Amino acid sequence: MGEVKVLGSWSSPYGLRVQWALGLKSVEYEYIDEDLLNKSQMLLKYNPVHKKIPVLVHNGKPIAESAVILEYIEETWPQQHPLLPKDPYERAMVRFWINFLDNKDKVAPFMTFFTGVGEEHKKAVNEAKELLKLYEEQVLGEKKYFGGEEIGMLDLAMGWMAYFGVIEEIVDVKILDAETFPRLHAWIQNFRAHPVIKNNLPDHDRLLQNYTEKRQRFLAYSPHTENA
Amino acid sequence: MADEDVVLLDFWPSPFGMRVRIALAEKEIKYEYKEEDLRNKSDLLLKMNPIHKKIPVLIHNGKPVCESLVQVQYIDEIWPHKSPLLPTDPYQRAIARFWGDFVDKKIYGLESRKVWSTKGEEQEAAKKEFIECLKLLEGELGNKAYFGGENLGYVDVVLVPFYSWFYAYEKCGNFSIETECPKLIAWAKRCMEKDSVSKSLPDQDKIYDYVLHLKKVFGIE
Repeated sequence: MGEVKVLGSWSSPYGLRVQWALGLKSVEYEYIDEDLLNKSQMLLKYNPVHKKIPVLVHNGKPIAESAVILEYIEETWPQQHPLLPKDPYERAMVRFWINFLDNKDKVAPFMTFFTGVGEEHKKAVNEAKELLKLYEEQVLGEKKYFGGEEIGMLDLAMGWMAYFGVIEEIVDVKILDAETFPRLHAWIQNFRAHPVIKNNLPDHDRLLQNYTEKRQRFLAYSPHTENA
Repeated sequence: MADEDVVLLDFWPSPFGMRVRIALAEKEIKYEYKEEDLRNKSDLLLKMNPIHKKIPVLIHNGKPVCESLVQVQYIDEIWPHKSPLLPTDPYQRAIARFWGDFVDKKIYGLESRKVWSTKGEEQEAAKKEFIECLKLLEGELGNKAYFGGENLGYVDVVLVPFYSWFYAYEKCGNFSIETECPKLIAWAKRCMEKDSVSKSLPDQDKIYDYVLHLKKVFGIE
């Protein structure tokens, strides 16, 4: 059904959502990895407004913003592995939660968990745990996946949790533990085991090395770090 | 669908609430409008939106839907036959959703508030960014009557409530949006010719009074 390209970045959960969606629907695509510190002419041409990844290019026509791209993928390839429920109310709930977790305020605690130290870090840990509790109890509940029996759009949006363990390893603080969040923990195992997801996760060692370097840089520049 | 029970919890100056009012009016859906006092939120609001405790909340047959962009899409899906807001073609739908998201991030976002809530260099920077974003929207509108083409569409519904706030922005920021973006103002006035829009937007003087009140409350000059 035409030529599909995805401009993404190897560790971006927003780009991975798009790749996972295409993978679940068995849509072939060409993946183009962007160096975000040196953006290609192609990226700037296809997303002049935000200049960000991911961008999906279908038959030469670009679409930006991961949530918008996911809806497009669902509408263009509706038969294979539906990602949204049929009922309009249930669809509204999925859209509400994707909008919720993509909100800057809801992403921030997890970012600060990685970049922060001291009091700022402690506060981030608490906020992150509250959000995880909400996701565990109110959003996932008793279901196997956020989408029910099968992976749905919300699972893809929650996909960052699937490799959050590496961040915890680097920061040396565990917040998403099996005891406190048994359902999320089980979800992560199921999600990671799915053949499409399993083959499309950022390389563990590369993440470890890359993000360890990033963390060192944040610590070096942080005003809170005590000098050795 | 005569016996549908539709309730909207809203607050008169909220551009998010206006979006839902316009969408319901376009679809000719009868609903109960409930004005919330945001300093004294009703039990119904707290029960129906426990996560954010914010308006607007659309309650359809007892079930709440929150977040205005989600609500507008829901309304379009539940009542698809009258005044469809999103186009049928998936690529055109994606374009509409992209610009809807852009409006939320750039026009309704925290940065744009600085146009009325700050002064000096900070305000000038906010004004510049605000106008640049409006110009991008003008570019997207092009020569179309509406963002939706011949009729009001999703992006029109998402953006036009902000027109009621333009006067307040101009007074506080000491600039003219019409001078910078004449096509956009022409588009807004065209939208206002429709009852669904004009009856959903408050008078711009009332919004300006509200902004002055907010400035007093927040101790802004």
